[in-house]
Amino acid sequence: MVEQPSQASVLPAPGSPVARRRRAWREFKDRAARYGVATGGMMVILAIVLIFFYLFYVVFPLFNNAEIATHAEYNTHSQNVTHVTLNEYNDIGLMLTMQGQARFFNANNGEVIVEADLPLPADSHISSFAKGASSTGVFAYGFADGRALIFKKDYKISFPNDKRKITPLIEFPAGKELVRVDPQGKALQLLSVQSSEQQTMLAGVTADNRLVLNSLVREQDFMDEDVFTIEQTSAEIVLAENLQVTLLRIDIDQRELYLADVDGFIAYYNIEDPQSPRLIQRIKAVPTGVDITSMEFLTGGISILVGRSDGQIDQWFPVRDQDNNYRLHNVRSFHDQAAAIVAIAPEHARKGFLALDEKGQIGIYHTTAHRTLLVEPLVEGGSAIIAVSPRANGLLSLTADGQAKLTLIDNEHPEVSWHSLWQEVWYESRDQPGYVWQSSSASDDFEPKFSMQPLTLGTIKAAFYAMLVAVPLAIMGAIYTAYFMSPTMRRVVKPTIEIMEALPTVVLGFLAGLWLAPLVEANLPGIFTILIMLPIMTILTAWAWTKLPSAWRKRIPDGWEAAVLVPIVIAVGMFSMMASPTLELWLFGGDMPRWLNEAGIDFDQRNSMVVGLAMGFAVIPTIFSITEDAIFGVPKHLTIGSLALGATPWQTLTRVVLLTASPGIFSAVMIGLGRAVGETMIVLMATGNTPIMDFNIFEGFRALSANIAVEMPEAAVASTHYRILFLTALVLFGATFILNTIAEIVRQRLRNKYSSL
Amino acid sequence: MSKQSVSTWFKSGSPWIWLNAGAVSISIVMVVGLLLLIAVRGLSHFWPADIMALSYQEPGGEPITLIGELVDTEVVTALRLKSTGVDLPSGQTTGERHLLKVGNRDYFGLDFRWINGSWAGEASYPEKIVAVERREWGDFFGYLLEIRQQGQTIASGDDAWAELQQRLDRSNKLIAQIKQLEKSDIGTINHGLEGLRLKDRKLELEGVVAGSVQHQQIEQERKQWNLRYADITKQLAVLNAAVNRDQMVIQISDGREVEIPLAKVVDIMRPNAMGVGQKIATYGREVWKFVSGDPREANTEGGIFPAIFGTVLMVMIMAVFVTPFGVVAAIYLKEYAKQGPIIRLIRIAVNNLAGVPSIVYGVFGLGFFVYFLGGNIDEIFFSASLPTPTFGTPGLLWASLTLALLTVPVVIVATEEGLSRIPRAIREGSLALGATKAETLWRTVLPMAAPAMMTGLILAVARAAGEVAPLMMVGVVKLAPALAIDTVAPYLHLDRQFMHLGFHIYDVGFQSPNVEAARPLVYATALLLVLIIIVLNMTAISIRNRLRENFKSTES
Repeated sequence: MVEQPSQASVLPAPGSPVARRRRAWREFKDRAARYGVATGGMMVILAIVLIFFYLFYVVFPLFNNAEIATHAEYNTHSQNVTHVTLNEYNDIGLMLTMQGQARFFNANNGEVIVEADLPLPADSHISSFAKGASSTGVFAYGFADGRALIFKKDYKISFPNDKRKITPLIEFPAGKELVRVDPQGKALQLLSVQSSEQQTMLAGVTADNRLVLNSLVREQDFMDEDVFTIEQTSAEIVLAENLQVTLLRIDIDQRELYLADVDGFIAYYNIEDPQSPRLIQRIKAVPTGVDITSMEFLTGGISILVGRSDGQIDQWFPVRDQDNNYRLHNVRSFHDQAAAIVAIAPEHARKGFLALDEKGQIGIYHTTAHRTLLVEPLVEGGSAIIAVSPRANGLLSLTADGQAKLTLIDNEHPEVSWHSLWQEVWYESRDQPGYVWQSSSASDDFEPKFSMQPLTLGTIKAAFYAMLVAVPLAIMGAIYTAYFMSPTMRRVVKPTIEIMEALPTVVLGFLAGLWLAPLVEANLPGIFTILIMLPIMTILTAWAWTKLPSAWRKRIPDGWEAAVLVPIVIAVGMFSMMASPTLELWLFGGDMPRWLNEAGIDFDQRNSMVVGLAMGFAVIPTIFSITEDAIFGVPKHLTIGSLALGATPWQTLTRVVLLTASPGIFSAVMIGLGRAVGETMIVLMATGNTPIMDFNIFEGFRALSANIAVEMPEAAVASTHYRILFLTALVLFGATFILNTIAEIVRQRLRNKYSSL
Repeated sequence: MSKQSVSTWFKSGSPWIWLNAGAVSISIVMVVGLLLLIAVRGLSHFWPADIMALSYQEPGGEPITLIGELVDTEVVTALRLKSTGVDLPSGQTTGERHLLKVGNRDYFGLDFRWINGSWAGEASYPEKIVAVERREWGDFFGYLLEIRQQGQTIASGDDAWAELQQRLDRSNKLIAQIKQLEKSDIGTINHGLEGLRLKDRKLELEGVVAGSVQHQQIEQERKQWNLRYADITKQLAVLNAAVNRDQMVIQISDGREVEIPLAKVVDIMRPNAMGVGQKIATYGREVWKFVSGDPREANTEGGIFPAIFGTVLMVMIMAVFVTPFGVVAAIYLKEYAKQGPIIRLIRIAVNNLAGVPSIVYGVFGLGFFVYFLGGNIDEIFFSASLPTPTFGTPGLLWASLTLALLTVPVVIVATEEGLSRIPRAIREGSLALGATKAETLWRTVLPMAAPAMMTGLILAVARAAGEVAPLMMVGVVKLAPALAIDTVAPYLHLDRQFMHLGFHIYDVGFQSPNVEAARPLVYATALLLVLIIIVLNMTAISIRNRLRENFKSTES
């Protein structure tokens, strides 16, 4: 059938080219809109998903293990090398031989850069070598005549033509003269050295098995920097005759001296007073049949790492007991290597170390995190010496036949493990293991303490006290509003409470911190009176109401009880506040916070109670609104049926309405909990933000969210601290997302149930 | 009924109903009480309170006179008073104490003083006490003695007060001129010079040899800027000399006579001599100064205009991002996407995102927007000014984007709700008439859903205006040196940091050195923020309600 185009139509005839063109254009627009909207919509959804993935992407490197890659291999044609070091940029090495050669070489190919000229005596030969803490770069040679030479490596960095130029050099902190370590002139079989600006300490075991201790105090001349005098004091410790000392170490602060011997004992001396060294403890550190094969200080000089012949490495440090005595404790052990540990190289800035065993396997460890990051073969045929660069990203190894290898290490975040985040960790200088969050400090060799426990507990504590306030008030309020309140009043009450949901939490936090906290502190008994008196007074009012003449009662219809109670609530509040000083005098001797302190309960002005009240206030509208909707949505025929069968309104409520609406109430509580867990400003402003492990209502806490707000601005990008803060954000994200999802699913089920009823 | 016993009464459930009612009453009292607290404290800040003169004698001390404003009175137990160093006579268990704002911080050390009620004498309100609002060191109270010009006494006694007003106006006008020169004119010059430095650096990066034509041109321009600068410095010197002409002498409560240059004075009044009408006028003026002025003294005094400006601008830029994206996503979810388990999952996820803590968005914004996006933008477009970051640092743009992400679920949910409320008949009618899906959407559905989108947007704005935690990481600062909009191209500086009302509350309330003095100002700021947010929410609610009414009529 062919349609006849009407003459009067303004539309082009169907099928005409114009109409076809127009239709094609419209179809194009339709399709364009479809794809445009789809792409736009998908992009927004992707952007939202991106949040999760980006957080994860930042956090992920925390859990990577270390990786090593060989960078260069060459032969140095050197023998008898006793020690190597590697500089910060992995390009210059220093090797020290038992002949007294100090050779700086290119770490990438072994070319000699400069051979330092050490003032070696002609009449004696080197009998021992010692190295100080790697951050100081101090070394010493001990000679067969009981003297020692102390020297120090240094790198001068200059930028001629905008290019970095490193000039290695050797300095002599105690002068170029040799120091007489053993007054009796016996050969130094073992030597240990530490040196700081002011003081140098040398300890040596002589050929006739005496332990000599020397302290050199440097007095700088006021006028000339290069002029100084040295004041030497020495002491001697006689060792048991059959004692065979194998290792000797002084800590960087020159306060402690450790000896290891053939029988597997470690002796721990206090040498704070170099003239009278004191033996604190001698302890069997390894089981019988196992030897101590190496011993080094961890950076900071508090812990010693003991390498054993069975491949295990133990960390020991002194712990103070009840009687204020220090005792060595084996704090943790690593047993991921199978052969005797021949060399341990502590990292310079972190509490990590590298260990090489007899079979040539290298292990990378971190002590605080109790984490083995890598165990891999490094050198063929065992015995080698190793050096780690100050940035812990380069490893130089040198075998006895002069074969050298430069290995690059990728090990950015060894400090973090499940153990260090969530379990009790025994930190250095602490009496016992504990959960501590202390992310930064002024000192360089600080052991970062990244336990998430106190923060998580803080968040839980905040949420708990907030829910304690919010749940009863919000749910009871919602029950009344939805079920008993007169519609006129409900129209006012519901929006009033709901509008508070939008109230900025910074305002609540400010009021909590600056108004409520001092108020609570000054009127503590009054606050408790309010809590006790309010329900009692409500019931009494209700009772009194029944006693009122019915003419009076009829003036206020049912559903307006809440309005009757408003003046009562205000009166109770005011009365409690006014009675507070009297009560305080009567019950608590006039100062309740002090009374609490005397009873052994710590009291902070900004405490969990204040947070509970303020955050409870913030959460009430959320819970109230959802609960109210759920109860109000209960189909009317259910309640009418119940009432018709003779149940009282209260019976109908508890047996019919609440049961039906319970999933809705549950999801309201979940959503409220989610809000309390993530809330930042209130917990930031209303507590002292101290990370403590305590559930005391009168003390503060530090929550995950507040911790992010406090520390994020000062965390260096891509540092471990930065990534851990991202991890805390991810934890918060995950926790709230799960809570909300549960709530949402429950709510959708409920909605389906209502529609089917 | 009246004869019932207690146990039957309990059985009837009536007490529990009352208890539930009590919960509502408590909530209402808390809500209203909180709003009243903020309102009363915030609004009373601007009221020119009477200043009392009080004789005060500590036991064993000389009687002294205190001049100040009564701030607070409380009853405290003796033991607590003892810990503050006040010993009450034995037998007296509680004491009354008053907090007096005595001002004159630079002479007394502290501008607040607790005084013990029983040691205070009779208070009087002499009309001649003046309250001086100073540019530095807070308020100043005392008796005006004389006016000096270049050290010469011009007027004293009652004449001094008459002479003062006109001289104060003059000095304030001069100071406004100086400020204009310093801020605007010198700012322009600095901006010009900085631009030249960047050009220089760019030439260097491009490898243009020194002494080329471009370099000479730059040198030329630099000379011109420097000339203008010298000119302005000369003008400033003249103005500064003029502004320092007048001084006034004030006697403070301990009898000392203090000379204050008028250049240091913002305002001066005699509150005790003012009538109610005058006070109301002053009140209005103070409110205006608060809303339109710049902050002084580490934000603890003066106005909060930059914070209002920053908040509004940030929220507006956020709205520009959030509206189209939120609406498009909602249309996609509701109209185009195939409704199935995946879309249901996405919908739940979007819903939940509204409940994710805002601090998480802040962390994301800092990591992704600031360091990742911003860092890359800097390397590509602003390499000349590196290592000083342009976009690789917290700023207005990143703050707006972060908040847009935070509020996009709100817009999506509201728009979707609006779309689902549109009766099927309307859609089907349009389709039946031959309109394509896009035309149906564009011509009939979207216009009807517009109020819903509006609601979503307003709710988003209200939420964004009140958020502080994420902003602390992505661009808010304590004191921004310049507004983000000015007369220098490109006029809108998205890379600048800005001030924000919510952060202002946090900062002044918790980080400022003199919290006690700043407290009323924080209340006023909080009141303003709460008002903005409540008004926005009320608007959203009323739009939503009207919308529901409309659809009810279409459906029936």
